[in-house]
Amino acid sequence: MDRLFAKTPCAGQLPLSIGGMTVSEVELGPMTALSPRKGQGAALAGALGAAHGLDWPGAGRATAAGDARAIWFGHDSVLLTGAAPDAALAGPGVLVDQSDAWTVVRLDGTGAEAVLARLVPVDLRAPGFGTGATARCRIGHMAGSVTRLETGGFLLMVFRSMAQTLLHDLKSAMEAVAARG
Amino acid sequence: MRVQGKGLIDRDRPVSFTFDGVGYSGYQGDTLASALLANEVRLVGRSFKYHRPRGILTAGSEEPNALVTVGRDGRQDPNVRATVQEIYEGMAARSQNRWPSLSFDLMAVNDLAAPFLGAGFYYKTFMWPRSFWEKLYEPVIRRAAGLGALSGQDNSDRYERAFAFCDLLVIGAGPAGLMAALVAGRAGADVILADEDARMGGRLLAETYEIDGKPGAVWAEEALAELRGMENVRLMTRTTVAGAYDQGTYAALERVSHHRADRGAGAPLECFWRIVARRAVLAAGALERPIAFADNDRPGIMTAGAVRAYLNRWGVSPGRAVTVFGNNDDAHRTVRDLLAAGVHVAALIDSRHDATRLDGVRMIRGGQVCGSGGRQGLERITVRHPGGEERIATDCLAMSGGWNPSLHLTCHMNGRPEWRRDIAAFVPVAGMVPGLRAAGACNGAFSTMACLREGAEAASEALNALGIKADQGTLPRAEETPCVLEPLWAVPGRGRAWLDFQNDVTVKDVKQAAVENFRSVEHMKRYTTQGMATDQGKNSNVAALAVLADATGRGIPETGTTTFRPPYSPIAIAALGAGGEGKGFQPERFTTSHAATLSRGAPMIEAGLWYRPSYFPQAGETDWQQSCDREVGYVRNAVGVADVSTLGKIDIQGADAARLLDFVYTNMFSTLKVGRVRYGLMLREDGHVMDDGTTARLGEDHYLMTTTTAAAGQVMAHLEFVTQGLHPEWDVSICSVTEQWAQFAVAGPRARELLNGLLDTPVDPADWPFMSCGAVSVLGGGGRLFRISFSGEEGYEIAVPARYGASLFDLLVRRAEALGGGAYGMEALNVLRIEKGFITHAEIHGRVTAYDIGMGGMVSAKKDCIGKTMAQRPGLEEPGRERLVGLKPIAAEGKLLAGAHLYRQEDAARCEHDQGYVTSVCHSPVLGRMIGLGFLADGPERIGEIVKMVDGLRGVTTYCEVVSPVFYDPEGGRMRG
Repeated sequence: MDRLFAKTPCAGQLPLSIGGMTVSEVELGPMTALSPRKGQGAALAGALGAAHGLDWPGAGRATAAGDARAIWFGHDSVLLTGAAPDAALAGPGVLVDQSDAWTVVRLDGTGAEAVLARLVPVDLRAPGFGTGATARCRIGHMAGSVTRLETGGFLLMVFRSMAQTLLHDLKSAMEAVAARG
Repeated sequence: MRVQGKGLIDRDRPVSFTFDGVGYSGYQGDTLASALLANEVRLVGRSFKYHRPRGILTAGSEEPNALVTVGRDGRQDPNVRATVQEIYEGMAARSQNRWPSLSFDLMAVNDLAAPFLGAGFYYKTFMWPRSFWEKLYEPVIRRAAGLGALSGQDNSDRYERAFAFCDLLVIGAGPAGLMAALVAGRAGADVILADEDARMGGRLLAETYEIDGKPGAVWAEEALAELRGMENVRLMTRTTVAGAYDQGTYAALERVSHHRADRGAGAPLECFWRIVARRAVLAAGALERPIAFADNDRPGIMTAGAVRAYLNRWGVSPGRAVTVFGNNDDAHRTVRDLLAAGVHVAALIDSRHDATRLDGVRMIRGGQVCGSGGRQGLERITVRHPGGEERIATDCLAMSGGWNPSLHLTCHMNGRPEWRRDIAAFVPVAGMVPGLRAAGACNGAFSTMACLREGAEAASEALNALGIKADQGTLPRAEETPCVLEPLWAVPGRGRAWLDFQNDVTVKDVKQAAVENFRSVEHMKRYTTQGMATDQGKNSNVAALAVLADATGRGIPETGTTTFRPPYSPIAIAALGAGGEGKGFQPERFTTSHAATLSRGAPMIEAGLWYRPSYFPQAGETDWQQSCDREVGYVRNAVGVADVSTLGKIDIQGADAARLLDFVYTNMFSTLKVGRVRYGLMLREDGHVMDDGTTARLGEDHYLMTTTTAAAGQVMAHLEFVTQGLHPEWDVSICSVTEQWAQFAVAGPRARELLNGLLDTPVDPADWPFMSCGAVSVLGGGGRLFRISFSGEEGYEIAVPARYGASLFDLLVRRAEALGGGAYGMEALNVLRIEKGFITHAEIHGRVTAYDIGMGGMVSAKKDCIGKTMAQRPGLEEPGRERLVGLKPIAAEGKLLAGAHLYRQEDAARCEHDQGYVTSVCHSPVLGRMIGLGFLADGPERIGEIVKMVDGLRGVTTYCEVVSPVFYDPEGGRMRG
């Protein structure tokens, strides 16, 4: 009997460590784009809190509760990760499955900020961009999402199809940072 | 000549290098310039136009003469300033713009022709005959005039770009910059201190000033040690801030590896920084002005400040018998420093009759150097003074015409500096660049004390504006000598007196420009080429305009300066474009079937950023046409599988979803039943076709729109514009799901049979008519099925979450092969759709209307839509427009070529007879000949007519019949099943 096998965007290529920095693939579990229906912002935020214990994140913020995370993803758009969306969200909100749409990696290590300074045109200095901060911005030439994690590392997301370019760009930047010592 | 006991070089670490193949030795800390001077090499280059021998003029990045080439092949780096390049073990530098050698340069014949090569020479001479310019004059001139050259090979060095952010950017690490950084750093602000030099300290390293009773260099080192200890301060050496831009953005070039013999794996040569600073302090110092006198370009003649820098910082005297020539007190320091170091000073010549006397040296007051002599290097000067003219033997002349503040950055946003008579120099005006304040010498404050004070004040002011509390503390003590000078720009007399050393512009050239009525400074610059070399006139600008002012009888302030533009000093294009070469050019988008496709040996083609298979070759096939024909056969006779995930997929939900679709599509979608799919056409606001595709209604207020691969981003942006800009009141959410689903076309007579082996509930044709859609279960997992066709056969598209894409593609292809079919690529896909007359962006190329492509009837009369009104403009519906037709060669072997134009049979293939053009062609296995789609004037009314296709580029003429664009199964019976 044939069956379908799942494959992650960076399967077999990560983790990658260069000079004290590490990129590793992250499986966040279900990912769902949430948008409020017209005039239902507060109701959707309430439902998110009640069902998942998550605050609705404002612009540039990400909230977390256990494995679940709500990452601001643009105008009227939040990405719920790490939990299947509760049915109660579907009333006030529009839900779109994005579980397979994104390449998700994390970048850790002391040079992480220096690496991202080569790819991301956003001020990532703490405390301005501390824990819980997120940005939709360019990563190299790609439209991406950058979030500072509680551990100090960064969560990076680009389109699934661009996984190879993300790895290429990260590797080049990590090599350049490492070569400077 | 190296001077014992002087300099900040490491004499325990000798460094060997070569210049023009000759080996020399220097020390760690030397620049190429200081090391060459230490080895008494004075001739280092040839001038741009006249190929005159030139030596080192300065000790900084403004150097106009000493340009060399470092490295070979892909690493060849031309026009490197010897004053900036640090030596490293094994470095090989070469002189440039000379032939056959530096000391014997045949091109120096230009110098003899100099009387004819003055200002405007090219403009006047090479006017006639016109055709000679491109073929003869320009190549010859370009060969003779020039700088260094690239190797012509790919640049194998790595460059990088980076972003940085700070509260305060301090540009320049001399006394003013160090003081500003200290004040801001101590206050806890996020500070970046950038300096173009390898070692911070600025003039403190080059002079013998004391601060707080310590040598300036020692004080600078202590300040730097304190700054290094602060986590909030970032020191960026070898980093030139090159441009000031809007909103506190500064461009900076960091030379990362030019000074390293071993650059290390992955290390960039240079890094191009974009620094965003809330406030900035410009502490860029000042540049010393040469004085124009006859033959002032001889190697051995340099600025006085440079002579002091070589002596004090590098322990080198550029001559054994030095003369000093100046118009200001500062030049006297040169004599004092040289004497203190035990170097013989032949004379001090001060143009001022009332200059302060200096003991220990022969001083000529009211004297002017009016000539120089020596073969390939200075041997003597001629001095004119109240007592007459005399010759003085000397091998180095240190000249000073005063200092120009380095205010360039303040002018980058179009501000104009103002003239200060007391220092005879332009100074910045506050606010020329918002958020930036000039401090110290670049602001016209020349004493060390004034620099420290202004640096501290500028930092305090910046911090105050940012709401950061700052304490200036007590300032260190330093000299506060006033700047005393009497302007002297050019010494009168015969002979050529150089202003712009790099572009060979003399005093006479500037005067000639004025005579010929190029009196505006901007016109003079372009007529003479003064200031247009790589030093951007840093050494010559003010003197040239002073000469122009004199020649035109105006004052210097009225004459004004030319415009300073970024970059402050040259930046390699490779650095500006860092990261953009090779794989960095643009992202690559791969489908989930990419690896499997490659493993089947398929050549890939780019569709936007996506990579898609062209065809899947099989053993025994010798060209793509065979593979393509075979793959077309799969779909026509059995079943073919193609990855169509690259098409844009947009999820549209909300109570107003149907309204949105009715508004953006020409046809109606609100009437579409749930579980059905409809083809739609979308117009731009100007009425031309933007895109087409199918949209499925998944639920009452839930649609899934499909776009073409190429226009997915454009359509998404269009929908964002409509929902955010035109109808923000609508209840509708849009979200791209292109990446969420892997989607495969399964087409052919046996398509259903193939799918039924994978679907948990087999497809019942009664439930799945043509243009239906719905959720399905694929081997136990969720998926979507659409019964649509781009091939004219019974076709389906099956979608699963992308994680299963690779796995599903593998199964589909294997099973298709078992049924006598297999995978097909873009070539076969193209043939299948041309045979059916389906359009792509080859047809909807941006200049056609719905009417042109025969879809005028799809623009619903019952509703408005974007582009409808504009599509009704008179010119867009009139007879004679080129409209879509099919084309079939009369002869079975006749060739059709996309891009070829169409003419009446009897007309010559000329522009005025043009009747249309061919957009898509293929060899049709079904018809056994080539077929094509194209646009022909009144095409649909000319079915059956014979037209002439002419491809002028490839020299092909083919007579073809105008036919319906649908070549295959026009009734659509096969597709509907």
